[in-house]
This record gives sequence, C-alpha cells and structure tokens, in this order.
Amino acid sequence: MTPAKLDSIQALEQFRASLIKQRDSRKTIISVCAGTGCQACGCQAVVNAFRTELAKANLENDVELKATGCHGFCERGPLALIQPEGIFYQKLKPSDAKLIIDQTIVGGRLVNSLLYREPISKEVIKHQADIPFYKKQMRLIFGKNGMMDPTSINDYICLGGYTSMVKALTTMAPEKIIESMKKSGLRGRGGGGFPTGRKWEHCRRSPGSPKYVICNADEGDPGAFMDRSLCEGNPHSILEGMVIGAFAIGSNEGFIYVRNEYPLAVKNLSIAIEQARELGLIGTNILGTGFDFDLEISRGGGAFVCGESTALMASLEGKMGEPRAKYIHTVDQGLWDKPTCLNNVETWANVPVIIEKGAEWFSKIGTDNSKGTKVFALTGKVFNTGLVEVPMGITLREILYDIGGGVSNPKKKFKAVQTGGPSGGTLIVETSDPDIHDSLVAHGDIREDEQVKSLLDLPVDFDELTRAGSMMGSGGMIVMDSDSCMVDVARYFLRFLQEESCGKCVPCREGIVVMLDILNRICSGEGSMEDIRSLEQLAQVITDTSLCQLGGSAPNPVLSTVTYFRQEYMAHCVDKRCPAGVCKDLVSHAIDETCTGCFACVKACPTNAIVGEPKKLHMIIQDKCIQCGACYQICRHDSIKRIKRGDGDKLQQRAKERWQAPVRATAAASV
Amino acid sequence: MSDHPETNFDLEQRITAIVKEYGAKPSALIMILQDIQKHFRYLPKDAMEMVAKKMRLPLAQIYGVATFYRSFSLEPKGKNHICVCTGTACHVRQANVIVDKLERDLGIKSGQTSADQQYSLESVNCLGACALGPLVTANDVYWGNMTVSKVDKMLAEVRGKKTPRTEEVA
Repeated sequence: MTPAKLDSIQALEQFRASLIKQRDSRKTIISVCAGTGCQACGCQAVVNAFRTELAKANLENDVELKATGCHGFCERGPLALIQPEGIFYQKLKPSDAKLIIDQTIVGGRLVNSLLYREPISKEVIKHQADIPFYKKQMRLIFGKNGMMDPTSINDYICLGGYTSMVKALTTMAPEKIIESMKKSGLRGRGGGGFPTGRKWEHCRRSPGSPKYVICNADEGDPGAFMDRSLCEGNPHSILEGMVIGAFAIGSNEGFIYVRNEYPLAVKNLSIAIEQARELGLIGTNILGTGFDFDLEISRGGGAFVCGESTALMASLEGKMGEPRAKYIHTVDQGLWDKPTCLNNVETWANVPVIIEKGAEWFSKIGTDNSKGTKVFALTGKVFNTGLVEVPMGITLREILYDIGGGVSNPKKKFKAVQTGGPSGGTLIVETSDPDIHDSLVAHGDIREDEQVKSLLDLPVDFDELTRAGSMMGSGGMIVMDSDSCMVDVARYFLRFLQEESCGKCVPCREGIVVMLDILNRICSGEGSMEDIRSLEQLAQVITDTSLCQLGGSAPNPVLSTVTYFRQEYMAHCVDKRCPAGVCKDLVSHAIDETCTGCFACVKACPTNAIVGEPKKLHMIIQDKCIQCGACYQICRHDSIKRIKRGDGDKLQQRAKERWQAPVRATAAASV
Repeated sequence: MSDHPETNFDLEQRITAIVKEYGAKPSALIMILQDIQKHFRYLPKDAMEMVAKKMRLPLAQIYGVATFYRSFSLEPKGKNHICVCTGTACHVRQANVIVDKLERDLGIKSGQTSADQQYSLESVNCLGACALGPLVTANDVYWGNMTVSKVDKMLAEVRGKKTPRTEEVA
C-alpha cells in the first residue's frame, strides 16, 4: 500500500505507525542475501526455491521472504538469515530451501549441516551475532542491509528511516547541522579523509548559486566494493544523507554518479529515488517544510580518474573526465562552475546516523583523529572474505585474524596486506621471514640486532595508515600470502594506473610509463640495482609534480613495496629469481615426489607438457611448458613447485629417484 | 554507406527515443551513448553524428567522450561478451591464468573480437565482487572462484547457447 504524497511530518509519522502496526514483529522473516557477490554464486535460484516451497507449504502469509542487500559475509554465500531468532544459514543450494522450511520454520529445529562451523574448533554456531566474522564488527551503516528489501521504502521507514531527515529539517538550523558534523569528527570516506563538516561549511558560505550536492558512487578502486553494496542494499540511507546535506549547504539539486558496471546499484538507486519522490520525501516542499531538493542518477563511463572530484564533475557535464588543478576549490566552483559539495557514498550514509544518535555519541567511536566506523572489503588470500565494518582504531591483527580467520591456505604464510588500492601501499605483516629482516637492515630501516616490527598491531585509521606508507583509500584490504610476488603487485598497480591515467599532465602520463617499463624489466629478469634507485627517484618527481591525486599517489604501491620488500626486488635484479614464483620469465614449474598421479594437471595443461600414467609420478617436459600456471592452480596436493628458472629438470630428477625409492623398499620387504 | 544493419530511418527513430528518455542535456551524454552502445554493441558513426545534431553538441565532444571512457567501443563487439575481472583481489588469486586460458581457447587476445564476431574477450579492472575472485562474466552471468576447469564448463554453456544456468554453487 502506498499512500498519496506525504505533505507533513505528522503524515509521515502516521504512515510509519500504520506500517509498523500492520507488521507482526514475531513473524518469521527469511532474508536471503541478494547482493552481487551472492548472485554470482546463484542466490536467485535459492530465493526462487524458497518462494516455491513456501507456496507449497501454504506459509506465504505466515513467513515473509526478503531478498536483501549484501550481508557482508560473501565467502559463505548464498546465505540466509532467519529472523527474529537470527539463525544464520550459509552456502545454500536451492534444494536446501525445502529442508529449512520443513525443519526450521515448521519443525522448529536447526539444520546443522547448513550452520556456520568454526574452522578450527569445529564448533557449530547458530546465531549470526556469535560468528567470529560478525562478532567484532560494529555495523552502524551496514547493519540494516540484512533487515530490509532495498526496493521497499516501507521497509526502510519501518526501521526508522527518514527520522534523521525530519529531525534535521524541523529542529536544526543549517548551521547547527554543520556544527554537528564538525563535532562528530566525520572525515570523508572516499579516501582523502577531509573533514566533512568543514567542507559543508565552506560550501554553504560560498557565494555562488545554485549549489549542488553530489554523491560519488564511482567506485573504480579494484578490490573495493563497499559503495556498491550500500547502493544496492540500502539506497535510502544515501538519499537521506544527501537531503540533510543539501539542506545544510543550501542546495536544491543533487546527482548520484554511479558506475555503469554496477547495474544493480543503478537499478536500486533509481527505484529508491522514484519511491522517495512519490512519497514526497524528496522533491518540492519536502514534508511541508518548504525545503526543495531533488536528485538524479548519472551513470559513469568507467574511468578510474573520475573518482577525482574535478574529473567527475567534468564527466557530469558531458565532457571527457579530465581533472583540473584545484587552486580553485570545487566547493567554490565545481559543477558548471557553481559551488558543489561532493562526498562519497559511505560519507553520505554516515550522516543520518550522526543526526540520529548525536555528534557526541558518534565521536566516542574511533581514534583521536578518525571517528566512527569504516567499511573494509577484505579479500585476497584470507579465509573469510567479505565486507567488514569496524570501528576506527581496530588493529590489523583483529581484522585479519579475528574477523578474517587468517590466511586461506593453511600451508601458506601471511605476507602482506595491501590497503588503499592503486593509491595506497602494501604493508608487511609477516615478520619471521629472514629475507625481510635482511632487507630492512640493508636499507637502514632497522639495526642488525633489531627485530622487525610487525604492522599487525597497527591501529587502522587515516593517519596511522598514512604514516606506515599506505593510505585508507576507499577501504580495499587485499591479503597476500607467500604465493604473491611484491614486484608483480607493484607492476600490477602501475599497469592499472597507466591505463587509467587521463594523460592530461606529463609527469603522470610519461612518468608512470617509464616506471612500468622498469618494473617489466625487473620482472623479466633484466633489471639491475640501478633500476631500483631510478624507481625511487621517479616516484619522488611524479608525486611532487602531478596535477591530481591519481598521479600524485601513483608511486605509492612501488615505494611501499621497495621499502618493505627490498630483498624481493634484489632477488629479481641480482639472483634473477622470483621468490614467490609468480614472474613467468624467472620461473620453472616442476612436479615433486608428493605427486599422487591424479591426472588433474595433465588435463589442465594446454600444451600437453605434462606426461604420466594414472597413479604414477607425473613429469613436466620443460621444453614444452609455457609457465601458464594452470597446473599449479589445479593441483590439490601442492605437488607442483614453482622454482628458479632452469631448475625444473633437477627437481624432477630428484623426485623420480625418491618416488622410486620407497617402492623398491616395499618390494624388498615383501620378498 | 552506413556500417550497421539499421536503416537511417530506424536509426533516427531509435536515437530520438533514447535522447528523449534522458533529455538533450550534456549531463546525459554518457548515458545516451551507453544506451546506443548497448543496442548496437558499439557506437556507429552515423549514430554519433545524429546525437551531436540532436543535442547541439560539437561532434568532436561526442568523439572525445566516446574515446575517453573505457566502456565505449568504436568497433563492433562480439555476440558473446566474456569479461575477466583483473582487479587486485582477482589478480592475487591468479586471474592471469584464466585470461591466458581464455585467450588460447578463443584464439583472440584480451580486448579483441573474434573474426566471426561471435566472441569478445575483455579484461576489466574491477567488477566489484572481489570476494569471489577470480571472477568472470559471460554475457553478464557471473562466474565466481574461477578455475581452469570451470572455464571449459562456462565456454560450453556459452557455445551451447543453453538457457542461463539457474544454479551455480562455487
């Protein structure tokens, strides 16, 4: 039921009350995560199965089925939450729907096989809140994702949505809202960390008119997907934040700039805007308060540089997304040269929380200079991948071990964590590696007798990450284990940035290409120590002279890896060896004696370089091998080794001898 | 002569409809071009000229935008679009092995379209489902946690024109 346009605060409250009255709080709700991550593992089929089974069991009126936004725990998807009990089922198949309805909904029993099992203690956990992945989180802005259908404004209103907007529009003057934002200590979540309240204040005072507010949902950062999940899972919280911001600044028009690669986000945001407009929560004379604000969606063209505010505005104007120098601030002259306040998705979503709970409450969360929570996209070689929202100041150890559950392959070791995407850096987390110790000693970072200080206990906030040589960025956190080559990672980011550089200024356009050339040389075994020095010099120049932050921070991934993993660079340059076995030109693949002869690698090999009979030791014909790594990826027994180029035959010869030795011994014993 | 299958009359109607949907304002240019590309699988020259005329923008600006952004192509793309995510999370989980495999199997390099216009292979920088890396999309269907052997399965499905799978549990 949708009422006519709500024309007063009372009308909204009455509407909310009627909605809540209609709903039975004891009613069972099955929330199936339908974020993009879960969609990729087939959640739509699970939702359909639930719908069919509910109809078959005649429970359609007693049980509510919701396809919600991202619940965060992508690793375990597709997942479902049974409320009000909070039972958490994971890795669902469509056939499980019947099981859950028969046993849990009707029978009141748990389906043990679908519950989360703690990997080490093997303990079965029933409730979502008790799972270690969720336990240490503080889901201020992500919490509602699992409770609402993102395409239903009624759901959002039932959960108390738009109360902050009402509070701001009726009881707070614009100056007071800005004061409140300043007091809360909220800093921009897009990566730069500029104080939001100060930006708003500056924009309000700027004399130009009209003024614009923009939500930057152009999440181009590889390895980060929190903005996407918010747009998909809780679009109204972004709208609400934007209305409050617009009121505080004195703007009547807004834009949401979304990546075109995020079709579900575009869809859900469009629905949300449509619904809010129909109800009169945006548009002219919002709830009879006399304030007008409307907004529209603009789809981006897929250029990373459009994350930069000036480039994004150029793009919105229908031009090429080239940034300009910011000696004139965008809060003075932004979109169409009018004062413009641009904030990131997560920043806008924080606004209603601050207004609702108060600046003081908010400023108690976090560290001295970084308040509130931050959503991180925890991915890579970690056990529990997904989105985690944690209070600022939490240590890397807590994120990686307590929430992340440690490295995904127990046979490998944690090596590093990359934060801040292409603008950020790679931080060392594994300290027992003697190579790393020697490297830091050689570079003069520590004394010979000193222990390497692990960054695992680094409190994660804006300033600490910057101090450690990385940055917060938009919050991607990519875990790497001993299989990741740090030179290759640096090269990866430079290649990305070279492709994405808009080409307007010379240092970025030319400098990144030269740095990339050097890294390509190092990775192919043709580098020298002189190259490492050139890299450091180039990095300095590019940082100092680039026009925008894409170029300004481009050398970060290189510099941080040179600092923390100099030994690995030296191995490439001097020994012509890739310790992690990633750089193709420096690696040979070979099979060792742990091979069980399962044939998997033989099937995977594209060049028929692997020979062997079933259940017998396989061999790689080195001349035929193209080092594609397909066999390494597929082998379940860790029998494929990536070793120094040219050593393949030696390892295989040894394996052959050892493989035959026990066979001979057994044969002798049986005689 | 036009380089696309539609007659000029059809083309004009279609573009009028698309421009009308967003309004002929500069801020809608990217979206208009995206919709045109979605229909033709690339941006035909005639279409861009028509957009310039209808929106009263210089053709140079339309070309500027069409060549600046990654999502646009001036060359026709294949019927089946395979896209490998090579974002950081996918990269550390060896997305390059998957790209290599697809390049070999399809006989084209990343960024190219096969001669019979059946397949386009592309590697993109992030599809935003990083927890499931390496990730591939085949005609907008997501395939998470890709392995070399799953690629065969995926290609069989794309080639066989089977109905999109209803269930894929990684």
